[in-house]
Parts: sequence; structure tokens; C-alpha cells
Amino acid sequence: MASSSNKPELIVNGRRLDGRGFDELRTIKIVASPLKNAAGSAYIEWGNNKILAAVYGPREATPRHFAESTRAIIKCRYAMAPFSGLSEHGRSGPNRRAIEIAKVTKEVFENVVMLNEYPGSQIDLFIEVLQSDGGTRAAGITAAAVAFAASGIPMRDLPYAVSVGRIGDEVALDFTMIEDNYADSDMPMAIAPRNNDVLLLQMDGKLTREQLSKAVSMAIGAGKGISEIQKNALREAYERSSK
Amino acid sequence: MDAIDTVTRNHVRDIIKGGRRLDGRGLTDFRNIRIETGLIQNAEGSAQVDIGNTRVLAGVKLDVDEPMEDTPDQGNLIMSAELLPLASEKYETGPPSPDAIEFARVVDRGIRHGECFDLKSLFIEEGKVWGLFVDLYVLNYDGNLFDAGLLAAMSAIAGTRIPKYVNGKADREDRTARLSIRNMVSSATFAKIGKSIVLDPSGDEEKAADCRLTIATDGETVRAMQKGGMGAFTQKEIDELIGVSLNKHSGLKDMMTRAQV
Repeated sequence: MASSSNKPELIVNGRRLDGRGFDELRTIKIVASPLKNAAGSAYIEWGNNKILAAVYGPREATPRHFAESTRAIIKCRYAMAPFSGLSEHGRSGPNRRAIEIAKVTKEVFENVVMLNEYPGSQIDLFIEVLQSDGGTRAAGITAAAVAFAASGIPMRDLPYAVSVGRIGDEVALDFTMIEDNYADSDMPMAIAPRNNDVLLLQMDGKLTREQLSKAVSMAIGAGKGISEIQKNALREAYERSSK
Repeated sequence: MDAIDTVTRNHVRDIIKGGRRLDGRGLTDFRNIRIETGLIQNAEGSAQVDIGNTRVLAGVKLDVDEPMEDTPDQGNLIMSAELLPLASEKYETGPPSPDAIEFARVVDRGIRHGECFDLKSLFIEEGKVWGLFVDLYVLNYDGNLFDAGLLAAMSAIAGTRIPKYVNGKADREDRTARLSIRNMVSSATFAKIGKSIVLDPSGDEEKAADCRLTIATDGETVRAMQKGGMGAFTQKEIDELIGVSLNKHSGLKDMMTRAQV
């Protein structure tokens, strides 16, 4: 969150820069199983974000001392391509931010994937951000859930993720990059919709208890639409493969 | 997880089911907290925090630095953490683990978004700013690094003195100027163990926990949060824990203020 002096107006005539209302999502498109080699994969376009997620495994855990005798372990890589941003050429591979995102993403799937089915093995989740425009971790998790489901590995629920936060006095959903950079608070969340269990929660900026409660409700409210898009993507992939 | 961890985990979970904790604390009690500042005279600021048997030392250094491209009028805040092998049998040498990176970044967000000091006050001249480096050294691990880390970083920063800037260099012989503090933040970390939620989990309680939630506040508003672990929180739990965190701040703030020399 840059506290730059040349902060742009993020709300003009009660609307956001891209014309959305405060509780409105960007357009989300998901394609399930675009990659041949992976056990499961998904491609997501969430606004201008373009992200690939792939699941490999279950396979033997390496190195062996990482293996758990009662369950599978999940390894996660999240990385942004050097050409994915609007600024200069990035460094390839995960930086510190990416390592933290991979950690909290892994924890989301440790909750919903039925790891006890595969003791001693590992499941790899790879998230590669090809183009970024704010909210990449949420879009990546939403795609990764579809990749897991497409892999056939049993899951308790199909989680989704979305960011919420505050722009001025308004609590708002799904920030673009420019909103993310200049908003007063940003809070990515991942939710398992069956019981609205919160699986990922990060926040920075400044929120009162009331604003925070409203933001969480907004993230839960957005879930139905996102879940529908995830399920449609899976349905379409099955129809394609059964032809 | 080895056998002894499994035994510990089951033991902690059994006790907490009965509404009690291993060390007899109430569910929303901190362990004893001790804050000592100024131990490292060579550093520009330092603080060591004990929460129970967890010990974290924070050291602050100010170096002449170049500003970030997008903030030419601001100094830089650089937070790092080391989970030293001497602090726990679980810690190993090598590059920073995801746990160490997460720890440093969560403490960083508490300080940065708590607006604890004005980064503009670290501006020196065109193209020159102070880089404020905070290193979190974990000396002994017994759970709840995050709250100890934020208390240590906040206390060390609150006592930081700025070297004199002479001919493009820092003159550390002359460190009379104080860093001006605008806001104090603290955090409260909770562990969810089965259906129970406890504040300030010990190492054994963290082993038994399904997940944790760290909430950094200034007593009025929430400034940063981080959930960790594979378990889940409900919306109602999150709201209640925010209430507890907001209430805990004034006591922690008093401790940090009293610890300043």
C-alpha cells in the first residue's frame, strides 16, 4: 500500500474507476483442465489477471524425511512471471512475498483436501501468475480449487477466495491493482462455502471492528457467484472429455 | 510429527476440552511478559521481549540508503527474522524458511500499517534516505513468536535514535535525535485447539493447534491480521477475537512505554 502523495481518485461519482459498484466482482472466467501433463489444472482470467494452476500427484514425498506417516503433504509454489506486471522486468522465481503466499495457500488446501487418503505421499500445487492486476492470490486459490477438483483427489469442499477492503469510507470487494496500491485497507480471504469456514485471512491497513465485519460479510456474499463459475468450469471440462 | 509430539498434542487437547490449560492460565490470559530495551548499545535501538519462555530480541540499525523509486521522499523499513538454531531443536540453519518469512512480514505489516512512525521523517536529502533495518532474533522458542516479535520491534523502534548525517555517511558517535513515534501497535495471537480458542499459545499449545489468528491493533482500529494453519475460523469467532485484541492493547502499550529508558 503505497502512501504516495499523488494518490488518484478511486471513487468518481459513487462508482469505482472501472465502473463497478462496491460489492461487484470483476468478470471471472475459468477453464478447467487446460494442461495435459498435470493431474488437474485450471486457467483463470479474473479481470486482467491471467493465472495458471496445476496439481501433480499424489506421488512419493521427497525428500523422504518430509513425508508424514498418516497423511499426504502439500507443497505449493506461487510465482509471478517476470513479464506479468506493468512495471519493470521482475526477478524470476518466488520472492519473500511469494513464499508467504504459497504458505497460506497451502494451508487452505490442507484443510479441504482429504490428505489421509494418501499417507507418505506429496501433492504439488503450482500457481503461475502470467499477468497480474491485483488480487492474484485470491484468483490463484480460486483456480487451484478447480485444479484440485479436476485432478480427482477427494475434497471436503471447493474453496474460493476474494479480496475485500476499504476505499475511503466505503468497504469494497475485489480490488484491482490500482485500488490495491492506494486503498486504505486490503483483506484477502479464502472461504470453504459449505459452512463459510474462513481458511485464509490476511489484512493490512486500517479497519474498525464494524467495517471488518461488513467486509467479511461481503466476501461471504460474493461466494455464491464465484462458486458457480468454478462448478461450471468443471462441468464444461467433463462434457468436453466425454465427447 | 514424532511420537512425543503426538502425545503432547493429545494431552493438550484433552486438557483444553475441560476448559483448562497446561499451565493453568485462563483462555484469554497472556503469560508473563517482560520487556527490556537498550541492551545492544551498538544498535540504534533494541529490545528483548520474553513472553513466558519465548524470547525475541529486536535490533534496529539505520543506514544511509537510496529511496525506493515510487517513494522518493520516504525512508525504507526493512524487517527480517531469524529462527536461530539455538532457539529450538526444530530450527535448522539455511536460508529463511516460509515460517521465518511469514513471521517477519506479519510484524512488518503491524508496524507499517500501524503508522507507528512517519517514513517521511527518514528523508535526508534528494536521493538519500535512512534505511531502518529491524532484525528479529528468536533466541528461545516456546510459542507465540508473532506477539513477542511485534512487542520487540515496536519497543526497539520506539527507543531508536537517529545518527547524525555527515558528508553522505552516518556518524554513529552522535545519536541524539530520537525517532518520532506517532502510534503504538500490539498484537494478540490466538490458537484454535479443537473447539476452544486460547490467547498466547505456548509451544506445546501450538503443536496441538488447528490454526491461529494474529490481530494487530492500536486499541481503536485493526491494523493487520494473519491467519495460519490448516484449521478454520468462523465469522463470529473472528469478530469476538477482534474484541479481545482491542481490549488487550492498552495493557501491552503501557508495558512498552514503561520499558523505554
